[in-house]
This record gives sequence, C-alpha cells and structure tokens, in this order.
Amino acid sequence: MSDLSLTILLASVLATAAPLIIAALGETITEKVGVINLSLDGSLLLAAMVAFMVAYESGSFTLGFGAAALTGAVIALMIGVFGIYLGQLQVAVGFALTLMCKDLAYFLGNPYSRLQGPQLVAQPIPGLADLPFFGPLLFQQPLVVHLSLLLIPLVWWYFYRTGRGLELRAVGENPEAAYTRGIDPRRKQLFYTLVGGALVGIAGAAFSLGIKPGWGRPQGIEGLGWIALAIVIFGGWHPLKVALGALLFAFLQVVGITLQSLWPSVPAQVFQVAPFPLMILALLLVNLLQREGVQQWLRHRPGLALLVRQLQGRPPRALGQSFRPD
Amino acid sequence: MQIELQQIHKHFGKAHVLKGIDLKVDAGSIHGLVGENGAGKSTLMKILTGYLSRSGGRILLDGEEVECETPAAAAALGIGMLYQEPQDFPPLTVLDNFIVGRDTHPDNHRGRQQARLQNLADQVHFNLDGEAQLEQLTVGERQQLEFLRLLGRDARLLILDEPTTGISDRQKERLFAALHQIRDQGRTILLVSHKLEEVVALCDRVTILRHGEVSGEESAPFHIPRLLALMFDQSPATDAKPQRRAPGDALLWLRNLSASGERTGLHDCNCTIHQGEVVGLAGLSGSGQGLFLRLAAALVQPTAGEVEFHGRSLNRRDHRTMRRLGGCFLPANRLEEGLIAGFTLVDHFTLALRCSRREARAAAERAIDKFRIRGTPDSTADSLSGGNQQRLLLSLIPTGANMVLLENPTRGLDVESAGWVWRYLRKHYAGQGAIVFSSAELDEILAVADRVLVFFDGRVVRDLPMDRVDYQDVAAAMTGN
Repeated sequence: MSDLSLTILLASVLATAAPLIIAALGETITEKVGVINLSLDGSLLLAAMVAFMVAYESGSFTLGFGAAALTGAVIALMIGVFGIYLGQLQVAVGFALTLMCKDLAYFLGNPYSRLQGPQLVAQPIPGLADLPFFGPLLFQQPLVVHLSLLLIPLVWWYFYRTGRGLELRAVGENPEAAYTRGIDPRRKQLFYTLVGGALVGIAGAAFSLGIKPGWGRPQGIEGLGWIALAIVIFGGWHPLKVALGALLFAFLQVVGITLQSLWPSVPAQVFQVAPFPLMILALLLVNLLQREGVQQWLRHRPGLALLVRQLQGRPPRALGQSFRPD
Repeated sequence: MQIELQQIHKHFGKAHVLKGIDLKVDAGSIHGLVGENGAGKSTLMKILTGYLSRSGGRILLDGEEVECETPAAAAALGIGMLYQEPQDFPPLTVLDNFIVGRDTHPDNHRGRQQARLQNLADQVHFNLDGEAQLEQLTVGERQQLEFLRLLGRDARLLILDEPTTGISDRQKERLFAALHQIRDQGRTILLVSHKLEEVVALCDRVTILRHGEVSGEESAPFHIPRLLALMFDQSPATDAKPQRRAPGDALLWLRNLSASGERTGLHDCNCTIHQGEVVGLAGLSGSGQGLFLRLAAALVQPTAGEVEFHGRSLNRRDHRTMRRLGGCFLPANRLEEGLIAGFTLVDHFTLALRCSRREARAAAERAIDKFRIRGTPDSTADSLSGGNQQRLLLSLIPTGANMVLLENPTRGLDVESAGWVWRYLRKHYAGQGAIVFSSAELDEILAVADRVLVFFDGRVVRDLPMDRVDYQDVAAAMTGN
C-alpha cells in the first residue's frame, strides 16, 4: 500500500470514529457517575434526525448541533427522573427509550427522507493542511473530528485531574459514602447524565450532518448505539481506552470497505457485519483475561501481565443502582 | 462543642426504635454510648449526623437549636462521624479518599493536600501512604485515614461508631492515644461501643441505652456490673430449663477452625457437637456466630482447620454433602438466603421434595395446617410475614435431619409462637440429632439450650453446659470481660 492510500485510510478511520468517540465518551461520563443510559441506539438516531431537520429548515449547523444536543439531554433527563429519582430500573427505562426514540425518529423524520440537505465539509486549516501525512490526516477534516479528538484528553483530564472529576468518580463508586461526606449523589448523577446525553446527541448530529449525511430509513447508523455501549465496557470505563476502542471499531469498518473492493466475490454484507462479531470477540477476550486460570498463567509472564492489566477495567461499583437517602 | 439532644424519637414504619432520648455531652470530653445490639445507638448517631431523619425532638449545639437534615448540614456545623462500616471509596487512592467531600476544591492541589495529610498523620503518629490504593489497606488503616480526614475538616464533634471492630491491638492503642490527644485540644468525642472495657478506659461519662430509651447515665470511675445491669434486662427465672440428658455420640467436630468474613472472622475454634444436644450460640451480633453456623453447614470454606460431620471431612465439600448426611441450615436472612421471594409455597415444596406439583400442593397444605402458616399454597414467600416465613422454613426441614443449624430462628416471632417453635424443634430433632442455634436474645438461649458457646470478636470465649452457666458471667463475656 502506498503512502498516500495509508494516509487516506487513516484519515477515514478518524472521520468514521468521530461520532462513535463522542457517543462512547458521553456514555463513559454517564456510567462513571453510576448511571446506565441504555437508550443510545435510539437517542443517536433521534438526535441525528432532529439535527438534520433543524439544519435543513434553518440552514444553520450550530442550530442543528444544538438541537441534537438538547434532544440527547432530554432523553437523559428521562433516565434521570425515572431511574435516578423515582428509583425505576435504569436498564428497563433505557431500553424502553431506545425503542421509543427509534420509532419516533422514523415517524417524525419521514418528510425529510432522502432530501438533499446541509453537510459539514472538510475544512482545510490554512498552513497546516499542506503538511505531509499530518495535513490530510488531521487538518483536512470536518470540525467534528477535531471535536472528538479534543474530547479525549479533556474527559481524561476532567476525570483524573480535577476535584469535580474526583467527586464524579466517587459518586459512581459509593454514593452512600459520598452522601455521608456532604455530596448530593443524585444531583451529581443527574447533571453528568445530562452532559453524557448531550454528547450522545452531538454524536447523532455528527452522523446526519457529517459522516453519514442526510436522513433516511434505514439511516445506516442502526446498531452503532449498542456498539458504543459495548465500547465503554471494552474500554474499561477509562476515556483513553474507550476512545481506542472506538478507533479500533472504525478501523475494522474502514478495512472492511477496502477489502470489499479487493475481493468482489465475497458478499458485501460480510464486510458490513464483520466488525460487530469482531467487537464481541474482543470483549470476550478482555473478559477471559480476568479469569483466575489466565491470571495464574500470566504470573510467569510479567511483560504480558502488564499489558493485560492495562487492558482491564472495572465497572463503577454503584453502576445502575439508584441511590436512596432515608 | 457542647451537644444536647432532647426527646429524640425515631420510627421505622411501625417500629418505634428511639423513644424520647435525652443526651447531654460536655464540650471537650469523651462521652460513651453503650447498649445491646438494637438498643438504638447507631440510629441515634445517624440522626445526629443527618444521615437519618428524626421523627421528633430537638438538637442543640452550644445551647443553640440546629437542624441536621443532611450530612452536608451536619458537617458544616462541625459534626463528623466515623461509621462502623468504612464510608469510603476502595478503588481510589488514599489521597483521593482524603480529598473527596463536601468542599472538594475544584482545583485541589495534590501536592498541598498530600502535605496536609502527612502533617495530620504526623500529629497523631499514623503512617499512611497517599499514593496507595485504598483497597489494599486494612480496615484499621482505612479508619485511620477517615479519622484524619475528619480532623482535617475541623470536626469539633467526632462520633465514633464501634471504632475498634476488626482492627489490630496496635491500631487500637494508636487510636486511643489520638483520641486523648484531640480531646485535650478541646474537641468533643462521642464513642459508641458495646465493648465495656474500652468505654471504661476512655470515657469521662457514659450513657446507657436499652430498647430505645436511656436506662442510665454514669460518670467515671465506672462499675462494670452496674453498667451490665443497665444494658441487659434482668435475668428472668429460668424455670422452663429443660432436663439435661447425657449427650450421645459426637456428630460434628470443628478442629482449630479459622475463617474470614463477617467483620471479625472466626479464629481457632474447637468444638464437638453430640447427638441429643441443643447448643446455643451467644454473643453480640456479628461476633462470629453466623460464620460458625455457615462453616458447620459447609457454606463457607475455612482458611485453616477442619470440619468433620459423621466422620467425614467437609473441607472442599459443599452444602449438598452436608445435606446428604442429614444437615440443614436456616439462615437469618429468610428472604435473601432461605427462601425464594417470588416463589409460592407449592414451588418451594416442589423444589424441596423433588416431587410432582400435586404432591407438593398436598405437602404445602399439610404444612399450613401443622405449622399454622397464615397463607395459602399459592401465596408467594415474600407476601408472608416474617414469622410465617420462619414457619415455612421450618416446615421445609427434611424429616430425617440430624443436625439442624439455625440462625436467629425466632427473630420476629411473638413469645407464644417462639415457644411452639422450640417445642417442635426439640420434639423432632433433638432426639436423634442435635440443634445448634444463634440468638440475639440471651434469655432465649438460657431458656432453651443445654449448652452455651459465647462468642466475642470472632472467638469462642466460653463453652459451658447449662448447669454451670451464670447469667452475669455470660453477659460479661459477650462484651469482652
């Protein structure tokens, strides 16, 4: 493969990964504070539709993205009210919202189906865009790509280097203890669930206004919400590893498309579907590594053991459990 | 800070657990709060820290009435509590745990916080590594950290709830020294404990709670028998004491048995249970009785030592082996461990007897009749009241059982039902087998058992046949005297 096509391949990996990174990091924030927002597959779709609709009608990307963020936050608010404050099963609420949002998106979006609409284009950054390799890779991309890449260190910094981030993690681990220390766990949970939901909404907009432009049924992003949820687990609730997981998935997708052109005899569906089972395999592998037997085998292989320890993650202890003060 | 509680009441549903508590604690003193399990000590303290709401009464700090509606409000007033179960975050580092709290500063400077932690630790001679993961620390070290955190927050009233449970003697010494030190700085300390020797050694004044009421208040120097008399109900005449028979063959051996769990663990326990014995396990709750029963039932594996039942070692065996040999265990958590909440009586009998549903229905009907369970064969286990759940559990004991292990078997039963349960158990299981039970009520043990094992802090501190039991002695042994 020549230098040029490698650059193109990697550039398209970054572009494909952008919405997935944003969505997965949003969910990471939500889950890190102890709440499961299971509605991702539906809320991504609804936010994508809303973004396209608003941008189409107003001609403004800002409004489109804003409306999508709001949509994601409103869905998260429902998780917050029913799951956090009314103590309903978060998973059940999330699942119901998934189905509801999906149908709502198709129903409300019907008039906008297959329309030629606004689309974010790559914005070459003067001076940097002409750099060899890095130019096409980083500086001839739509803004959402930059946003997704900036978000990664930002979330990490917030989690591990700020006092607020410490409180966020503390609530996700042990809301009772946080409560005895004068923190209101439910307010924290609601706040970060809204933030996470808004990011999921932005990710939806990044699809319909950028990576998979337009609106239709199917939109072509169905199932990616579930993948984002799986990536959070794969990444062990750590923002850097979660982002890595999103990039890995995007890489598999792009490679699939590339291979498709190389092997026309293989049915196209194989390449479209392959990343999903591969992701499951990766998840399985990470989980297998935590087995007692594997751990013992690793004890004699310190180098490998270190790598495995880096791959491992533990869910926040209070994940999915609603806190109730007396 | 001077604290005054006036007529504090607390209801949990129908239960009236605090019945008008008055308590006054002088500034700059160590005040003890003692009482049996369930006397209301922890509840009272959680009200003071805002963790629980109160049903009635007033709280005065330095003569001024305050509201302590939330932990945040109490902390702002300078009230800090060291909870019995550490309220911390094991996956975070020591320093992170030190920082997290009401006024976590947005840009907390780790270097400065580390210096503060170190400074506080040096003052009271604790030794903690800020970068260590909390989960690698012992309970005692986690407690030290929490103690330092409260000091760092300028808590003027420090409440310690059973602070010496599960910590080493050395850590205990350091803690006590630190307590004296901060008392002399003018802070007020409220020590909740059932270990009288500690209370006697540390406190200036002691308030005794019994059944949610203040039963007395004493000043140093203390007279332990007097405290005991105020803590426990007077021993009733035990005329219903069963006739003691000569024990039969040995059924169950516990040899040099140690295990971890239940806060205290169990250490170096030796004991033989014989056919025909009814053995009562006395002790304050969580002193190792539950672990003893679960080890005997092969539900928990020992870390050292051996359990032998009918001449067969139960090490590396599970509860099924125990049951096959005639063992049976009834846990105190009836709905969590003993029954299946959403299953009906018929479902339970189908599982227990491995029979057809028609036979199970007949068995359930017989059990309802015989055990006077208030319910129908189609009632689910969680729809039964606590007492009826216990009757259902009893009715599920296999008829051939020769080693019945019961954890708090009459909890939640009225006196009459409890009497019936004991007559039934004795009649059916004490003859060919043995019964081992724990109870939170010493009176019940003395009334029912042939032999008493007293547990304290994970050890069996007395093993007495009933004719040599002295009420005062057992009560003292339960509290570590």
